[in-house]
Amino acid sequence: MKYFAGIDVGSLTAKAVVVDENNRILGYHVMPIGQDSFAAGMSAYQQVLNKAGLKREDVLSIVSTGYSRKRFTEATMQKTEISCHAKGVSVIFPGVTTLIDVGGQDSKAMKLGKNGKVLDFAMNDKCAAGTGRFVEVMAHALNLSLDGLSDAALSFKNELSLSSTCTVFGESEVVSLLSQGHTVADIAWAIIKSIADRIVALAKRVGIGQDVAMSGGMAKNRALVARLEDRIGFDILVPDEPQIIGALGAALIAKEEK
Amino acid sequence: MTKFRVAETMKEIMAAYYLEAKNAAYNNTPVAWITSGGPVEFLYAMGVIPVYPENYAPMCSITRMSKDLMEVSEAAGYSQDICSYARTDIGADMTQGGPILGLPKPDMLIVGTNICHTVVKWFDVHARKYNVPLFIIDMPYLHDDMTKDAINYVVKQFEAFKGFLSGVLKKPFNEDKFMETLFLAAQVSDLWEKVLAMGKKKPSPINSFDTFIHLAPIVTLRGTQKAVDYYTRFYDELVELSNQGFGSVPDEKIRLLWDNLPIWYKIKYLSEFFAKHSAALVVSTYTNSWAAMQGDIDTDHALEELARAYLSPYINRGFKYRTDYLVKLVEEFSLDGLVFHSDRSCKPYSIGQYIVKEEVTKRTGRPGLIIEADMNDPRVFSDAQFETRAEAFLESFDR
Repeated sequence: MKYFAGIDVGSLTAKAVVVDENNRILGYHVMPIGQDSFAAGMSAYQQVLNKAGLKREDVLSIVSTGYSRKRFTEATMQKTEISCHAKGVSVIFPGVTTLIDVGGQDSKAMKLGKNGKVLDFAMNDKCAAGTGRFVEVMAHALNLSLDGLSDAALSFKNELSLSSTCTVFGESEVVSLLSQGHTVADIAWAIIKSIADRIVALAKRVGIGQDVAMSGGMAKNRALVARLEDRIGFDILVPDEPQIIGALGAALIAKEEK
Repeated sequence: MTKFRVAETMKEIMAAYYLEAKNAAYNNTPVAWITSGGPVEFLYAMGVIPVYPENYAPMCSITRMSKDLMEVSEAAGYSQDICSYARTDIGADMTQGGPILGLPKPDMLIVGTNICHTVVKWFDVHARKYNVPLFIIDMPYLHDDMTKDAINYVVKQFEAFKGFLSGVLKKPFNEDKFMETLFLAAQVSDLWEKVLAMGKKKPSPINSFDTFIHLAPIVTLRGTQKAVDYYTRFYDELVELSNQGFGSVPDEKIRLLWDNLPIWYKIKYLSEFFAKHSAALVVSTYTNSWAAMQGDIDTDHALEELARAYLSPYINRGFKYRTDYLVKLVEEFSLDGLVFHSDRSCKPYSIGQYIVKEEVTKRTGRPGLIIEADMNDPRVFSDAQFETRAEAFLESFDR
């Protein structure tokens, strides 16, 4: 049996996946990056090998992706996360035509063709509003975990809106809403609406098809997915482990290129 | 970027041009500061040396001086939202900075509004500082087709411009020299078009990064014999190279268009980036804008033809024209895709790019990439953000 690895060294987390020649996932690992992206990538890789019971020499080739893909010198080849997410989702949900990926510092919308070919894509521009980092900062301001923010948002009672789309100013706006006596749940929902609006605008740039999937860490946020489904009018397919789609795609590309 | 044989000549003629301009006051030669889309032919006809703040600003940027100069003008109150050419130029003027230590003092200022309206305010700042006359030629934006009214409107102003020059310089307008200048300008415009058309060859012996650099003589010396000689030699060299099968990008696989101004401070980096991915930028809407004049001028309608040429630049045209034009270039240059530089400083160029891109993709099937940057402000550019977007775009041509 031949094995292939994909390492996604993103802005906040490192993800590693190993697949075999039948596209079967033998293991995956997700961990925060800290200061050294290469070390984090290597550590994620080692962990996934341990989980799969493999040694380094068992792996035929490695593709790295994510912001620090070039720093991961163990890789046989580098690919952007856009190509990798597209490839990864096309195996899990064949037939998906629109992929929304919301990661730590990026949000992207992709229009997909056959076999995960990227036909068009749009990304957030030079601003962290509309990304995972935005939600993280806001959750922190509310003293909530990411899951806690999602749960709180789903129990909102009153519609509020965040006027600002800037992460830094957004945080002060959240603090100001708190001091005005609004509930955490209502503010959490306003945060979710704010990021969802940014993502929908992005997705509209490439055109939204009927078969929509979402990847990236933010796909785990149930409130965000619900809001997005409401805004675009279609159900969104979410993989069991949305964070590893990029690394999975990288591993699949490693297999194809061999 | 290719080191063409003529590059040495360009260095020499540009150095000679700037030396002459810097020494103009000693030689009693009048100097006019003029916008990039201003009608320089009138100036050459009257022995005035035209100087371009819009040429000096990128010179400051390529030599990595623009950031410091912009900080000077920003500290003086010019907002970061103002055009980075204006901020660089005003900073260079305030400090007499940049690679040639400031531009020679102007005797007059000439503005054409075919590129934007920032130039009106920007040159107004200089007019107040130097207390010299400012002549504004209003060249209306063409939302739809070229109109007879727009041409007549500009012709009337050209006539007034002759009177203005004659008044400031205290001598009659030299019609003979003007006609001679027009012929030379039209000739060089034709030659430039032929140079740019070499991008149609497969592989292309020239790419946009080369043409951005070799644009300097046609902007500054349009209407002189020097420019005609230069582009004649450049064209011959390109034909020779092409006949030998030379490609500006080794192993050319992807043929692209560049829209909007160059990102001057990143030219080398971008040129190497695209070359590494076997992608050649074989045509650009920006450099094409200086190829608007036709070679054989009808002397009875010279001003009309000139007006038509100055109304024609891509940046002065509406979205429908832009879309049709890009679709035409996709065909003519066998393009695989389009790269749009969304230029924070140049709003009239950048507006509508998303719609135009979508429409061109719909009509040609060729994808487009939008890069967020700025022509002169390096603080706006992020390597990592650019690389992720551009590499993903280039990867989409695989398989």
